[in-house]
Amino acid sequence: MTAPEVVITGLGATTPLGGDVRSTWAAALAGESGARTLDNDWAETYDIPVTFAARVRVDPAEVLSRPELKRMDPSAQYAIVALREAWADAGAPEVDPVRLGAVVSSGIGGIWTTLDAWDTLREKGARRVLPMTVPMLMPNSPAAYVELELGAQAGAHALVSACASGAEAIGYAADMIRTGRADVVVAGGTEAAIHPMPLAAFAASRTLSTRNDDPAGASRPYDVERDGFVLGEGAGIVVLESAEHARARGARVYARLAGVGLSADGYHITSPEPEGRGQVAAMRAALADAGVAPDDVAHVNAHATSTVVGDLIEARSVRAVLGDAADGVALSATKSMTGHLLGGAGAVETIFTVLALHERTAPPTINVSRPDPELALDLVRDTPRPLRDGQLAAINNSFGFGGHNVALVLSTA
Amino acid sequence: MAYSEQEILAGLAEIVSEETGLPTDSVSPEKSFTDDLDIDSLSMMTIVTLAEEKFSVRIPDDEVKNLTTVGDAVAYIVGAQS
Repeated sequence: MTAPEVVITGLGATTPLGGDVRSTWAAALAGESGARTLDNDWAETYDIPVTFAARVRVDPAEVLSRPELKRMDPSAQYAIVALREAWADAGAPEVDPVRLGAVVSSGIGGIWTTLDAWDTLREKGARRVLPMTVPMLMPNSPAAYVELELGAQAGAHALVSACASGAEAIGYAADMIRTGRADVVVAGGTEAAIHPMPLAAFAASRTLSTRNDDPAGASRPYDVERDGFVLGEGAGIVVLESAEHARARGARVYARLAGVGLSADGYHITSPEPEGRGQVAAMRAALADAGVAPDDVAHVNAHATSTVVGDLIEARSVRAVLGDAADGVALSATKSMTGHLLGGAGAVETIFTVLALHERTAPPTINVSRPDPELALDLVRDTPRPLRDGQLAAINNSFGFGGHNVALVLSTA
Repeated sequence: MAYSEQEILAGLAEIVSEETGLPTDSVSPEKSFTDDLDIDSLSMMTIVTLAEEKFSVRIPDDEVKNLTTVGDAVAYIVGAQS
């Protein structure tokens, strides 16, 4: 018996570009940046060398109720906002709860809740620490709230792999369907870590851009003057479904999730392995899993965070995997617009990849004034690019601190 | 400065409303926290924690199980202030 095919039937997001998928995608096609100077005193108060970030465009306080806001960390709030959109977008499928799963990751977890509770403890003592603190700070909290919202009983999981988390969640969800554990799984990633502590900590590791005088121009993957990533936040959730289940209910199918490739570098806690060994292994595994040949790949949504070293390692890995077929690939680095959503990135970029296939339009990469001369791939710059007709595949790469590599292969429905 | 019974009821209703989403005027003295307001033990402990801070009182865990209705809580807080 062959494994069930997996299709994507619903999309939801809240990002620095917009409060839903439609506005996020429109802003991405228009080449907008979600990065802004922070309207607070963190830089002065704490002497943080970075004064900007890419915050969610729509505050969840505008769409969630007071009790919901009070019992969820912002990371879970973003996930729930994205979930509700994705579920409605999929037509709120009728599915047996024991055949419905939830896989939602966060790279960092409930950091606001953790640090707020620590402040309360130090200032006011243990009796003022709220009872909901642990269920709000635990890294599986977004997965759990998604599970509770839908009453999902096939399993609720939160795979944590730093900036690869959102993609790994979607890959795991596909496997839940392919191994027969579920018919429908909602999956994705979320992050809400624009707090002075992680901002200071990322700055300390010298991975953030310090282009304080030009936040919108700071995330510039593959540009010769790139100097680090822009901290972003938000969530993306997709509805995955067995093709049979989707067909039976007449669901609209955006794309197929055709292959999942996973690997680890086994090399360094933060630096990618310089030869791209693990990245290549993940992409090859995903293509093999999908049964997709390099010639069928028309588009790659790169992990490309705008770091000096990382961007080029990935670009070389893509060429190593696709060979001459890499010449025909439209490469997009959407973090140039969204910033880096950490645990949310892989999910939001999966949505971009799905829409690129569905609408046959690769989103642009902005801020590339002078492409790195070592980049030997066809980068989509400034304006969207049409993708060719026919059956197409695309790769979405996500890599994380720890040496986690996740490649997802998507293909046209 | 001690709070009046009316002030305590109004303050408690606000806390319960924030926690549950119920309108404040539905949080009346005769209402049972569990049976009428559908408040679970974790929410009850949240309400107790917030009430302790708001009214500057201590409500020991052993007492919480005796606070069946909103009126019980108001009466306890009135007594605990003095």
